[in-house]
Amino acid sequence: MTIKNSLRAQPDERGHFGQFGGRYVAETLMPLILDLEREYRAAQADPAFDAEFRSLLTHYVGRPSPLYFAERLTEHLGGAKVYLKREELNHTGAHKINNCIGQILLARRMGKTRIIAETGAGQHGVATATVAARFGLPCTIFMGSVDVARQQPNVFRMRLLGAEVRPVESGAKTLKDAMNEALRDWVANVHDTFYIIGTAAGPHPYPELVRNFQSVIGVETRAQMLEAEGRLPDLLIAPVGGGSNAIGLFHPFLDDPDVAMIGVEAAGHGIETGQHAASLAGGSPGVLHGNRTYLLQDEDGQITEAHSISAGLDYPGIGPEHSWLHENGRVTYEPCTDDEALAAFQTLCKLEGIIPALESAHALAVAERIVPTLDKDKIVVVNVSGRGDKDIFTVADSLGVKL
Amino acid sequence: MTTRLSSTFTRCAAEDRAALVTFVTGGDPTPEATPAILDALVAGGADVIELGMPFTDPMADGPAIQRANLRSLGAGTTTIKLLEIAADFRKRHPDFPLVLMGYANPMVRRGPLWFAAEAAKAGIDGVICVDVPPEADDALGPALRSAGIDLIRLATPTTDAARLPTVLEGASGFLYYVSVAGITGLQQAAQASIESAVARLKAATTLPVAVGFGVRTPEQASAIARVADGVVVGSAIVDLVGQHGAGAPGPVKDYISTLSAAIRGARQEKAA
Repeated sequence: MTIKNSLRAQPDERGHFGQFGGRYVAETLMPLILDLEREYRAAQADPAFDAEFRSLLTHYVGRPSPLYFAERLTEHLGGAKVYLKREELNHTGAHKINNCIGQILLARRMGKTRIIAETGAGQHGVATATVAARFGLPCTIFMGSVDVARQQPNVFRMRLLGAEVRPVESGAKTLKDAMNEALRDWVANVHDTFYIIGTAAGPHPYPELVRNFQSVIGVETRAQMLEAEGRLPDLLIAPVGGGSNAIGLFHPFLDDPDVAMIGVEAAGHGIETGQHAASLAGGSPGVLHGNRTYLLQDEDGQITEAHSISAGLDYPGIGPEHSWLHENGRVTYEPCTDDEALAAFQTLCKLEGIIPALESAHALAVAERIVPTLDKDKIVVVNVSGRGDKDIFTVADSLGVKL
Repeated sequence: MTTRLSSTFTRCAAEDRAALVTFVTGGDPTPEATPAILDALVAGGADVIELGMPFTDPMADGPAIQRANLRSLGAGTTTIKLLEIAADFRKRHPDFPLVLMGYANPMVRRGPLWFAAEAAKAGIDGVICVDVPPEADDALGPALRSAGIDLIRLATPTTDAARLPTVLEGASGFLYYVSVAGITGLQQAAQASIESAVARLKAATTLPVAVGFGVRTPEQASAIARVADGVVVGSAIVDLVGQHGAGAPGPVKDYISTLSAAIRGARQEKAA
């Protein structure tokens, strides 16, 4: 069914979400991007592609992930009922794998024989290395050397899975530089290489196809909520770095006017300090990594460094669809500082016995802020996008505990 | 319409030689050092200068130009300073073609109309934007064209015959053939593949075709100069600037002289 003025009909045929998105890539990559789009359209029309995707999500990833009523957290907050979408229970421990499964099926369909990806904290790198192992394709992961040093367990995981981890020494040596280096590798290896981008950003059709692969989160949530409560939720909350878990949760609900949505940006030490990763709250529109979107940048368009305690949110941009949803007001975006996320991280551990990723803790912090102000008959869903085992060293360090 | 670019390529063709197109990163090692380096390019025998606009995230560049970008930004180069460097160059060299090359974000930051107007005021003849492909032309193309600035398009080994008309639509100044599917400054393409690509491009356009990526030695420049209308050299010059810093003008001038001599002799050798 096509709804007139649907918010779910984006992007247009050139990959634009309003003024955002598009394809800003070097000429060498353009034919490849156009190929990818053709191949993706063909895959969308092919029931066998969807069947294989669904089957892997069920048997390999472990979907559907539960929608869990967080009874003690609800009691503690004393307002609306809180449900948690348990993406942290997926294979590899986060939502990232949903997208990787979809993209590696596309890679195979296109006859590509080598996989590359960028990673910040290592979650997308691990998910990519996992699917590359599963499909028997060689895989190179680009990771800033600063991140390699602070995420050793994930580096080792990727290597165990057979991936080559290439430390990136350029720029600030973090996620955006890893993405630059992946693009440089891709330009030099277009004939055989597929680039599995980890978030709903980059040149068209990546924002669209990543969103569609991640929409399984929202589609499941919708069905699970109807079964549990007989109605749709009143509010969805999800963390936003590039924003793939958030757009995956939000997109199936965009045309339901009674469902409110909050995307949570990492405010680091606070927006006013300039040390944050909140592209919408503290940035402006520009062009980077193949798309027009909100960016952290100076008056000359030079990209500025992002900061967040969560390596997965430590990126100076955001997916273009979020920029569009921000400007048209359909989704509200709220900042959350490192300290607030750390507090929420501990609250969920203690009240629910769930160690959330620091990314997810940002969404939980905003839930703690808002849920007490809502009536008890309201329903809120928070996306627990990943598990926090990877973050225990960072958290221990912040709490002054030596491991 | 006659422009500094078109008359330069016409003059070179009349002399039966390719044009020597040179690239340096503006503001490297400092904004103050750039004018003397540009003058050294002219004195050494360059025909066109591409002045690189530094960017924090040069996705299509290899290590040499990445480092140059960081040196330039670290020395405080801004868009305004870069345009001042261009405007001063224009005063010293009224007829010498000067092109800005860089990435979209610094060019569109204050709006494409602002950029086009200020570039025109500074005497810029053309713009090469790495990450604005023809499909994204409206981000920059209309503003530049209405300001009388050439938008120089790139063709690559992945630009096949079906796609070439899209690239040529709205292209002007010259066509820049990126001879390697890869980043700047690393390897050079095989001469045979360059020759067939240039023949293919020249059959499709009347624009001059300049060939770049990985060109370092006078021998390489000479081989390309036999078949192309222009030879682009970038990373090798940027390496000299990296090595000699503010003392680069001398070595840059000497290096450009050897390239220029090789290019001027290229077609004579072939004829002999």
